[in-house]
Amino acid sequence: MSVLIFAELDEGKLKGSSKEAIYYGSKVAESLGTAATAIVIGQADDAELATAGRFGAAKVLHAADSKLTEANGMAYASVVAAAAEQEGSTVVVVAKSSLGDAMAARLAGKLRAGLAANVVDLPNLSNGFRVKRSIYTGKAFAETELTADKKILAIKKNTITPEEKEATASVEAFSPALNDSDFVLKVTNTEKATGDVLLPEADLVVSAGRGLKGPENWGIVEDLAKALGAATACSKPVSDLDWRPHHEHVGQTGIKISPNLYIAAGISGAIQHLAGVNSSKVIVVINKDPEAPFFKSADYGIVGDVFDILPRLTKAVNAL
Amino acid sequence: MKILVCVTSVPDTTTKITFTDNNTRFNKTGVQFITGPYDDYALARAVELKEKPGVTVTVLNVGTADSEPVIRKCLAIGADDAIRVDAEPTDAFFVAEQIAAIAKENNYDLILMGRESIDYNGGQVHGIVGELLGMPSISPVMQLDIDGSTAKLTREIEGGKQALEAQLPLILGCQEPIAEWKIPNMRGIMTARTKPLKVIPPAGNDTLTKVVGYELPPPRGSVKMIPAEEAETLIQLLRTEAKVI
Ligand SMILES: Cc1cc2nc3c(=O)[nH]c(=O)nc-3n(C[C@H](O)[C@H](O)[C@H](O)COP(=O)(O)OP(=O)(O)OC[C@H]3O[C@@H](n4cnc5c(N)ncnc54)[C@H](O)[C@@H]3O)c2cc1C
Repeated sequence: MSVLIFAELDEGKLKGSSKEAIYYGSKVAESLGTAATAIVIGQADDAELATAGRFGAAKVLHAADSKLTEANGMAYASVVAAAAEQEGSTVVVVAKSSLGDAMAARLAGKLRAGLAANVVDLPNLSNGFRVKRSIYTGKAFAETELTADKKILAIKKNTITPEEKEATASVEAFSPALNDSDFVLKVTNTEKATGDVLLPEADLVVSAGRGLKGPENWGIVEDLAKALGAATACSKPVSDLDWRPHHEHVGQTGIKISPNLYIAAGISGAIQHLAGVNSSKVIVVINKDPEAPFFKSADYGIVGDVFDILPRLTKAVNAL
Repeated sequence: MKILVCVTSVPDTTTKITFTDNNTRFNKTGVQFITGPYDDYALARAVELKEKPGVTVTVLNVGTADSEPVIRKCLAIGADDAIRVDAEPTDAFFVAEQIAAIAKENNYDLILMGRESIDYNGGQVHGIVGELLGMPSISPVMQLDIDGSTAKLTREIEGGKQALEAQLPLILGCQEPIAEWKIPNMRGIMTARTKPLKVIPPAGNDTLTKVVGYELPPPRGSVKMIPAEEAETLIQLLRTEAKVI
């Protein structure tokens, strides 16, 4: 009957967004009078998995079959479905992410579960099972009732701030039968930046637009990001022009993020750009044009030249 | 090769979102509807694939008669024919069931759609359809080539991308830069008028979620401007006032 949380790994460690999902799931479990179980798929050591207890999971099911080492939304959905069956779980929580999305959609099909994506608050159980989710790319919210018996909640980053406690989760090996039909995609090449903060996971983001004039000028953006421990992002034209890789592109047609801090340098603030970043907690805009529309959606603004301002900010951060 | 492209009819990206009827209904007054931008990428790639002989492209929309201008535009861009399932697309599972029912009858080799709709941003439909049809689904796909019965594609992953090979049939959620958006030309617009658009009733009415009300986010407080000469104070403010660093 427990609430099941699909928790993801990145290089053997629980992802930050998954820790938030575990904490969220434990709160849902509390209000349903049950416990939280995390299902973790892939290679990780027991000590790491036991830390799920800090965020409220009583138990971790660990599926470590070597066929599952490579992230695979279809196979993972089958494993999570088996875990939900074993635990009798009717509520599954996932953190919104590229793997989480792929897994959750397949799982919804398998379980005929009502799936609410981009959930931004704990469920309201006073009148059915209702959640608030972000819609129209952050421009509105919909109060949504999940009418099916089984429910999947895909939560947006920064929905809840985990309060850690001194506890460890028990770790159990989980080895359901795997279906060959889930392993039909052949991965021929993977290119992934290592060592950098993943943009969808990042609490702090430094983003830049066409105002940077060319890819050769990104050093000043990267320097500030490095000083802050932030991820880098960009506007659509910047990725269209191949100044930056596409996975950094935020907005209506790019990644939607909700970090604590979003610094936009040399970005005009078109409505389609705002759509991807409008749920950031704090927005800083640096633009030489005092009329740039982005200032209307900012918390802090500096009218100035990015080539002057960014290096000075980096210096100020390094002096902290 | 038969390609099905599923498209949404959604408010233009510049729309100011408002609600009526005590925040229970989206206010359509004065709103321009467009093909979902991600669906537009899917359609553009399908039309490019049609340059090879023997490829047909069918457009599918689950929606009311209000979606017909969007469907006609897809035909003008180069799809051969269209199907509209006459129903409000209220729930991802419901829409997925409609697509799966049509796919079962028609044996498409490739089912393309946007990675997500820009109204509800669920990004679920391709995965659910895949599950209902027992077919692989992949999203978000940024590059797609077909070689016989093999698809060679690239999908985005967090912090990078991944090249994959898979056998048709497949269901793909698409995004840029899979193709450039296409604008219909005059000839396309003329021929679109006579291309077949079949309207069919929905198969079943399973919905698993229901929207009970809407809300707008609170407006952001006013912006605090920092003079360029004192830019460094921003860092102090982020630490002591906003408490984010
Ligand atoms: C359907 C659709 C979807 C879209 N999706 C997205 C999306 O997902 N993401 C996205 O970003 N855009 C998207 N766009 C594009 C969007 O409309 C804008 O064109 C884009 O965001 C502009 O990018 P930019 O701000 O980098 O460039 P610009 O609009 O060219 O702005 C550059 C800014 O830099 C400032 N500047 C120049 N030099 C300096 C300097 N030295 N110092 C300081 N400031 C300087 C200028 O004042 C200007 O404000 C979409 C558009 C459509 C139609």
